[in-house]
Amino acid sequence: MEQQYIELYKQHHESIKEHSATVMNTLRDGSFTLFEKLGFPTSKLENYKYSDLKEPLSIDYGLNINRVTIPVNPYEVFKCDVPGIHSFLFFVVNDAFYPVNEPNNKSLPNGVIIGSLKEIATTHPELLKDYYGKLSTTKNDGLVAFNGAFAQDGFFMYVPKGVVLDQPVQLINIMRSDVDFMANSHNLIILEDGAHAQLLVCDHTMDEVRFLSNRVTEVFVGENASYEHYKLENTHIKTTNLSTLLIDQKTSSTVLTNVITLHNGVTRNSIEIDLDGEHCETRLCGMVIADKNQQVDNFTYIMHNKPNCNSNELFKYVLDDNSKAGFTGKILVAKDAQKTSAFQINKNILLKKTAKMSTKPQLEIYADDVKCSHGATIGQLDETAKFYMQSRGIPEAEAKLLLMYAFTSDVIENIRITALQDRIKILVEKRLRGDLSKCEGCIICQ
Amino acid sequence: MLEIKNLHANINGKEILKGLDLVVRPGEIHAIMGPNGAGKSTLASVLSGNQAFEVTKGDVTFYGKNLLEMLPEDRSREGIFLSFQYPVEIPGVSMVNFMRTALNEHRKYNKLEPMSATDFLRTMREKKELVEMDSNLANRSVNEGFSGGEKKKNEIFQMAMLDPRLAILDETDSGLDIDALRIVANGVNKLKRTDNATILITHYQRLLDYIVPDFVHVLYDGRIVKTGGKELALELEDKGYDWIKKEVDGE
Amino acid sequence: MSEAILDQVTQGEYKYGFSSDIETDIIPIGLSEEVVRLISAKKNEPEWMLEFRLKAYRHWITMEMPTWAHLNIPEIDYQSIAYYAAPRKNAPKSLDEVDPELLKTFEKLGIPLHERMALSGIAVDAVMDSISVKTTFKESLNEMGIIFCSFSDAVEHHPDLVQKYMASVVPYTDNFYATLNSAVFSDGSFVYIPKGVRCPMELSTYFRINAMNTGQFERTLIIADDDSYVSYLEGCTAPMRDENQLHAAIVEIVALKNAQVKYSTVQNWYPGDKNGKGGIFNFVTKRGICKGENSKISWTQVETGSAITWKYPSCILLGDNSSAEFYSVAVTNHHQQADTGTKMQHIGKNTRSHILSKGISAGQGQNSYRGLVKVNKNAENSRNYSQCDSLLLGDKCGAHTFPYMEVNNDSSVVEHEATTSKINEDQIFYCNQRGISTEDAVGLIVNGYAKEVLNQLPMEFAVEAQKLLQITLEGSVG
Repeated sequence: MEQQYIELYKQHHESIKEHSATVMNTLRDGSFTLFEKLGFPTSKLENYKYSDLKEPLSIDYGLNINRVTIPVNPYEVFKCDVPGIHSFLFFVVNDAFYPVNEPNNKSLPNGVIIGSLKEIATTHPELLKDYYGKLSTTKNDGLVAFNGAFAQDGFFMYVPKGVVLDQPVQLINIMRSDVDFMANSHNLIILEDGAHAQLLVCDHTMDEVRFLSNRVTEVFVGENASYEHYKLENTHIKTTNLSTLLIDQKTSSTVLTNVITLHNGVTRNSIEIDLDGEHCETRLCGMVIADKNQQVDNFTYIMHNKPNCNSNELFKYVLDDNSKAGFTGKILVAKDAQKTSAFQINKNILLKKTAKMSTKPQLEIYADDVKCSHGATIGQLDETAKFYMQSRGIPEAEAKLLLMYAFTSDVIENIRITALQDRIKILVEKRLRGDLSKCEGCIICQ
Repeated sequence: MLEIKNLHANINGKEILKGLDLVVRPGEIHAIMGPNGAGKSTLASVLSGNQAFEVTKGDVTFYGKNLLEMLPEDRSREGIFLSFQYPVEIPGVSMVNFMRTALNEHRKYNKLEPMSATDFLRTMREKKELVEMDSNLANRSVNEGFSGGEKKKNEIFQMAMLDPRLAILDETDSGLDIDALRIVANGVNKLKRTDNATILITHYQRLLDYIVPDFVHVLYDGRIVKTGGKELALELEDKGYDWIKKEVDGE
Repeated sequence: MSEAILDQVTQGEYKYGFSSDIETDIIPIGLSEEVVRLISAKKNEPEWMLEFRLKAYRHWITMEMPTWAHLNIPEIDYQSIAYYAAPRKNAPKSLDEVDPELLKTFEKLGIPLHERMALSGIAVDAVMDSISVKTTFKESLNEMGIIFCSFSDAVEHHPDLVQKYMASVVPYTDNFYATLNSAVFSDGSFVYIPKGVRCPMELSTYFRINAMNTGQFERTLIIADDDSYVSYLEGCTAPMRDENQLHAAIVEIVALKNAQVKYSTVQNWYPGDKNGKGGIFNFVTKRGICKGENSKISWTQVETGSAITWKYPSCILLGDNSSAEFYSVAVTNHHQQADTGTKMQHIGKNTRSHILSKGISAGQGQNSYRGLVKVNKNAENSRNYSQCDSLLLGDKCGAHTFPYMEVNNDSSVVEHEATTSKINEDQIFYCNQRGISTEDAVGLIVNGYAKEVLNQLPMEFAVEAQKLLQITLEGSVG
């Protein structure tokens, strides 16, 4: 499986580098060597116990190493926008930043830089050099190493000290290809001290081919900065979405991450948050609605490396048909991270006998003055509540829907962009009603 | 028995007690009243040796011994009993086991043999009646699942068991209905002797209808600013604390 | 709480550290096919037993030590261990023939070996080093058809039962330590409760490792036939030694239709000294199968000893409506490490399991709970509830939780709750104010915290376990 990519790199690393930027190329060979050693992760690895990637990784995907422009008009493709959302809007097609002329983007505050990672790495190398790869190269992970070797471009965002973005930034990832296709994009997000930003990442696919997206996002949140990261996946069943989100938090910073998988094929989200300063707050939420043969694995890892930080984790899954899902909630409290509080909840509902759920909370605690708890349940909808509703004349199917909707509502409440929250409510309801058994927004599904 | 001179104490670096003086003699009942935040509960905590509070200045002697140098458990064994404002729950530890451990530690300190199991259970039965406690409360875990009233009755029950020389009742009346208040007060009155003393810390005059104090002190801004007889409590009930605050702040 | 008091509280030392002066018959150190044959020959075993051992040995040499546990295990040289040690004067026919030194040892341990212990109603099989020394009450149990004897006796007198059930729950290929045990196991206990019999007394084994550089590899097999009941107790101690000693045991339980088995352990092997020198490596495989409908297996363990504990008493819930319980208190102090928990595998319909784990870490101890609850597709309407709590005493220890939950149907419910917190200082102060020293307060609070588990133990054991908890955490006993 790995061999074809190893050969590919050996033969084409010159062209890969040629179509990327120096800052990215300096780490490339090192990443490749690591990938050669590790290979793709298998479910034998503890961190990938609930991700079965063997089949999707065995497909013979094409890669756009020579950066051939893909003919696409993102506006034509992208229809499931969030009505009423005022945002700064950007597109990445496959793994290339796509320049569009959005009038609103001109109103970005002074000093904020958003654009192609490759281009900004070339024009402003000084901005990136202290950040690019700083988190990803510390990971002993085959997918991250693979990304380091093959990623040539991606999304870049820089918010300077004290600057507050009053509108969310919306990043639309679109997969577009005529043949089975793999994209390796690398996103880099830097918030300096006291900055504030919200990023909404939407994943969509068009074209009825197999897609594999292997994305690494590095986020640096400075002192007193606050950052919100929303990932909304609505892709087709032939998509494999492998996403690694690495966040570094400095003193007194606040982060909210909410990862929502509405429709997908095979999804693996790795989210690792390093609480690298005191008094950090982090809230990590997620929701999965899956049916058919969909697979979702959310792997989360919160590292309490400094004292006085709070983390809160909430993940909810609704699984139907033959869907299969996993959750890992790993929390580390380092030796001197006193006064830590870390709470975690993972609740799951199985609607069919054929659905499968595995969950694995993990607490590793090396400090004594801590308050930590986790709770996990795998079960069904509350029968008494359902019966109560039925006794009031609500049909069973509707009662079930209301309960499922209520089940997911606390995750939705953790969306702090009102227009997005409203939109997700509608999408979740549609999804639960089965009106959205295809992904919305892409051409082939409509 | 108790002499407090110029006592200063901090919590988290903030000074709460700012030069408090008080003398308590055997047979006396002292009521300490005052507005919220005056330092009433701090005084109880400092006397019982809670390490969250730091004494920065002053002396406290109990029968001539330096109280401030003693461990909390030794203060208890010397005969100081604190009825907690918020009694602590200890899951899994039965009241019987807890009380027997405590009582035998007191006896050991006084060079007495441990009490036999039958004597102990008999004593427990007797003292339970004093506060009209439900008999199976004693088999439950310490304060776990107790109602507010039961917790306070449990404090007085423990006081009866340990027979202290000085009892400090910290807001024992708060959160009690009238029946519970009567029972608690009745318990305290029955335990009263000429060789022991009581400090009542309270916000309201209500308790003093049941337990009649010899002295009423007003604690304000970390010091005792006024002392009188039981009629002072009635005056406070009537007029509130504002006139005292004015009197002091106007100095 | 001040550092000094904490130190004092956590400096308790091992109480059972004496070694007996008994003549011991040890075979040379090292492991080979020859040694396996020698062990088998020393025990006059039939051919099928030797074959089993050899199969296991040949498999073992292809295996590696597992590394997945949250444990820091030093290199173990399996060739420097003696795999067999027996007190020389063995097979006594009555108490008079038992080596007086051995009897004294058991008296020191407080083991009810004497007939006078009839009063306490416990039948004891004592395993010292590798040989089962004496089974009390054999005759009275015999009358009810209950077989309670050493494993070697069972091989000799009940080969059909042994052949039918041995390795039926823990196959010889199961894991590195179980395979090693299958090759070299020396002795252990065997229990068979016939149909419809309720064993009238607690059955008990006491294990003790005595000789230097010996491993102890006992094997216990409990079979509860239809509608029977038995409660089984296991206690363990070892003398103080500077070197680490290996203990790799297997316990298998088979519960047939409507049968109930309760297995309780108080494990107090030598934990090593304050600096982490010496102590027992306790790598044990315990597993039961609820084979028949409505059967029930209950594991209770109080783990206070051993330098390293690697142990997961588990249940396979095969019979419909069967149920299983796991109650555990594990304490790690000084440099002790424990990675313990359970596996509940739901296969039958309407199966129930309950897990309650209480971890206590002090000193530089590392304490991990590791558990798996797996509900198979056809295990309809199954239910699991797990609770695991960790209590931390001191800032140099660690508490870790690794639960795994896998559910493959839509009619089962699996719930897990876990908390980790330090010992509550308000509780300590409250005790202090009533005249109880901090040291005693910690003991009281810890015992209260572990109470739900201790309550599961038979009375005599519960008292012993309570004392052990206190001793493990206190400095009062030398």
